[in-house]
Order: sequence, then C-alpha cells, then structure tokens
Amino acid sequence: MAELLQTTAISKTFGGLAAVSGVDLSVTEGEIHCLIGPNGAGKSTLFKLIIGTYPPTAGHIKFRGDTVTEERPYQRVKRGMSIKMQTPSVFKELPVRQNLHIALQHHVTKAELAREEERLLTLLDLAADAGKPAGELSHGQQQWLEIGMALALKPKLMLMDEPTAGMSPEETFRTGELIQQLNGLGMTILVVEHDMAFVRQIAQRVTVLHFGKVFARGSIKEILADERVAEIYLGKTHEHL
Amino acid sequence: MLRLVNGAQTVGNGWPFWSSFIAVLAGALVYPMFADSYDVGNFAYFLIWVFMAMGLCLMWGYCGMLSFGQTFFFGVAGYSYGVLAIVLGGGTMTVLALVLAVLLAGLSALVLGYFMIWGRVGGVFFGIVTLSATLVLAFFLGQTAGPEWAIGEARLNGFNGMKGMDPLNIPWFEDETLYFEGASLYYLAIALIVVVYLGLRILLNSRFGNVIVAIREDPQRAELLGYDVRKYQLITFVVGSSLAGLSGVLYTSWGQFITPGSIGLPAAAMPIVWVAFSGRGDITATLVGSFLILFAFQTITVYSQQAALVLMGGMLLATVMIAPQGFVIGIARAIGRLFRGRGTGNATSSHRGS
Repeated sequence: MAELLQTTAISKTFGGLAAVSGVDLSVTEGEIHCLIGPNGAGKSTLFKLIIGTYPPTAGHIKFRGDTVTEERPYQRVKRGMSIKMQTPSVFKELPVRQNLHIALQHHVTKAELAREEERLLTLLDLAADAGKPAGELSHGQQQWLEIGMALALKPKLMLMDEPTAGMSPEETFRTGELIQQLNGLGMTILVVEHDMAFVRQIAQRVTVLHFGKVFARGSIKEILADERVAEIYLGKTHEHL
Repeated sequence: MLRLVNGAQTVGNGWPFWSSFIAVLAGALVYPMFADSYDVGNFAYFLIWVFMAMGLCLMWGYCGMLSFGQTFFFGVAGYSYGVLAIVLGGGTMTVLALVLAVLLAGLSALVLGYFMIWGRVGGVFFGIVTLSATLVLAFFLGQTAGPEWAIGEARLNGFNGMKGMDPLNIPWFEDETLYFEGASLYYLAIALIVVVYLGLRILLNSRFGNVIVAIREDPQRAELLGYDVRKYQLITFVVGSSLAGLSGVLYTSWGQFITPGSIGLPAAAMPIVWVAFSGRGDITATLVGSFLILFAFQTITVYSQQAALVLMGGMLLATVMIAPQGFVIGIARAIGRLFRGRGTGNATSSHRGS
C-alpha cells in the first residue's frame, strides 16, 4: 500500500523547548494509525504540524505524494485531509443540521445535499436533535457532530485528536466502532490518543512519541508487548532515555 | 425567486412576512402622492443612510467583524463623488461619478481589508484599526482648507467641506434632465434599497452566507472545513464597506456638500448604534430599525441636537444591558412566535445567533 502521509525529520520548537524533534511518521493508505504517548509527549503539536495550524521549525510533510509543508490548513483539507479537534469545535449557535450543511455544501450536489444530511444525522444518531443549536447538545453528541462534519468532506485521510475526550465509556466504545466502520469502507485514519483501552480497540499500527521523539513504532501487538512503552505510561521513563 | 431570498440566515421567510413586505413597499411607493415635499425629502434623507447600516450588519452581524470604518468609506465615496462630479463636468456624468466613487470605496476597503485580514487583525483590534483609519481621514480632510488642496476645479475646503457638485441626474424624456432630488431621490433610494436588500438576502442565504456565518461562529473550524477564511472575510468587508460608499455618494448628491464632520468619531459611532439597537444578526431588523432610529433622531434633532445624541447613547446602553441581540429583532421574533403559535405560517427561521 502507498504512503498517504509522511513527515520527514519534522521539528517544532517553542522558544528553547523542542516540543517535536525530528519525527519521521508515515501513515499507509487504508490503515488506522494511532499516535500515542504520555502527556507532554508532543502528540498534539505533531497533529497541529500535520494539519498546518503550526508551521514547522524544520522538516517536511508530504501528503498523497505532494509536499504540503508550507500550505495552510484549508489547502490541506482541499487535498483530502479532514480534521476532528480535541475539544468539540462546532458552530454552537447554529442548528445541528446547518452545521452539517456548511460542511457538506461544497462536496455534494444540491440534489444530494438533503439526502446526505439525513444520512449523517442517522449515522450520528442526531436526527432527533437536527433543529437544536449545536451548543445545546451533550459533550459527547458535539464530539459526534464534529466527526460528522469531518466525514462530510469525504476525506482520504481522517485526522482525529483525542476524539473520545470527555466521552463516557459507552460513547467511547461506539466511537471506536464508528472508526472501524469507516476504515472498513476504505478510509485511512490517524488518531492521536492516550486512552490505551481505546487504542487497543481500534489501532492497527502505532507510533509512540515521548519527549517529542519517536520512542517506538509497530503493530498494535508489538507495541502492547513492548515493556518500555508500558513503563513510560507508568512514569518510569528517564532511565530509558 | 423566493427560494433564493429565503433561508436560515434571515428572519421572515413565510407568506406573512412577504405580504407585509409588499404592503410596506406599496405604501412607500404611494407615500409621496399624499405627503408634502418637505417630508418626502426628509424620508429620502433617512433612506440614504440605510445602506451603510446594512453593510455593517453584513460584516458585524453575519461575519463577526466589527468595523468602525463605515464613515471612512462613506467619506471616501462622498468626497470622490464630489471631486469626480466637478472634474467630469457634472451633468449626466454624475452617474459615472457615482459608479467610480463606489468602486473607489470598494478598492480602499480591499487595500485596508487585505492588510488587516492577512495581518491577522481580528476581534477588538479590527474595530480599533478601522476607527483609527476613520479618524485619520477625518483629520486629514479637516486640514485641507488651503487652495493647494484641490483636484482640478474641486476644492476640498477643510472643515467647511466640499460643495458645488451637481446632484445625480440622468437624461429624461424630450431633452429634459431628471435631477435626483426630493421625490425622485426618494424613489431612487427606495429602488436601490429593494435591490440591495434582496441582493443581500440572496447572498446571505447562499453558500457564501453559510460560510461567513460559520466564520463568525468559529473561524478555525471554518478553515478546517476547507474554506479560505481570509478570502471570505475580505469579500464581506469590501461589500459591506462599498455599501457605506453608496450612502456617501447619495448623501453628497442629496445636500451637494460633504464635510469631515460626516466621517469623524460621532458620525462613525452612529451606524454601530443603529445596527446594535436593531439587531445585528438580521438584515431585515437592521433595515427597519435603522430607518426608525433615523426618523426618531431627526424628529428630536429639530428640538435639540444634544437631546438626540443623548438618546442615541441611551439606546446603545439599553441595548447592551437589556437586549444584546437588538430590540427590533426581539420584537420580530416575538411576532414570528405568535404566528407559529397560531399555526398560520412559518414566519421565522430556526435558531440563529450573532
């Protein structure tokens, strides 16, 4: 399978602090790839470098074979990335349906618009709340709505930063199922996560970050069997670095 | 047609609204036949300002950009019209002067907007920068009293302002000329308001309108849906500011003068009061509310200008304290609820915010 996303020696420093340092990451077409690591490992910074909200200090990013390092987020989205942020980022004053409408309107024809809205509302279990302002939804529902908006773009690569933050265990599990379902339809997904139970549920390949560097990478089985990874999650880190 | 002008971004999408709209329009069209010419002239004067208010509503209420610069563009276009009407020789060239003056206002909005939006000036700083530009223009024009401040025959005249330009006029039947003054200016203003109002409703209920509302709510999310937020903000700023320019041209043509006083701080604050009081989140509320405020302001000014200014300040305070979404929109929504309660129509849109 081809490489869909590739970062080469990507780095980001804030003042004297190297939040991400020389990271090589590759996401292969068709996989669910999880980016994990303890708090402060640089996961969210790397995520923001990939989506373009931070310019890198050094290194390159390639997406579908093209260098996108200098591009703004909307340009990367137009190339086929779609993004779910950590905290729900929906249009809170607008009705749920309009949120989806805004996401969909440039990706489907007018004739398909209403049908596609309905499909997403049903998929996300939000049909009963379609007329409510998005800000009145529960936290978990807002997370789902945002996932729906990201899906509306029909992306090649779905990027999710802790998509289950603040969700109940049941909602988390259902989100995991949704991600697997999307992957089954051929979508490539990169998830930043620190909830290992969730990672175990969905991941096929895993990259572990620690102190801004790649600490380990491999299949989910290899990572789960790696004692060093278990140790950094338990906090016994410094002797290994 | 109705499908284009109706939508989630505007209040008043059902038959009760459009019937009222046609009734009001018909009333406005026959009004000069019954009123005396002084009142018609006054009404024309109120209507002239409504474009500026609708422009601000578009930028602030729909796209989240609080521009303090409406009188900047009003002044740019007003003075440009004055200069061009004189330099081009007046007469029917005033129509060309109108078009060029509004284009110049749009061009200056493009330049100022580009530097602000691409320079990531946002939130309260957007207001500060546009206000600064407005004050700079007012002070600059105030010091143009000397004879060296002239373009061709057109003297800028400092604080006393420009005068002597022809009013707008077009060739009329049998070699006559139709000057837009009094009733004809009134009809011109009504026609332009209908065109601009319907045009803005179409724009706001289009894909473009959806995107600018999304930008108002959360610019980052809008960008992450693949929209170049800066481009949409700039287009909105240019359209909204050009409408202020249209007000500036009509004002200059109406009185055949323009002074820096119509640009400076007290003038610059006015559109913000009109739009805030009316309800910045809806274009119809802004149209109706601005007209009513101007009418009340003018009526009170006859007795005391100070009292009118105090009233304006009081209205802004009352809006902020009691009805931050605006009074007119609040009343409109209440009427809409009444209609829906009776099951007689769908007079309001679904939930909206600003």
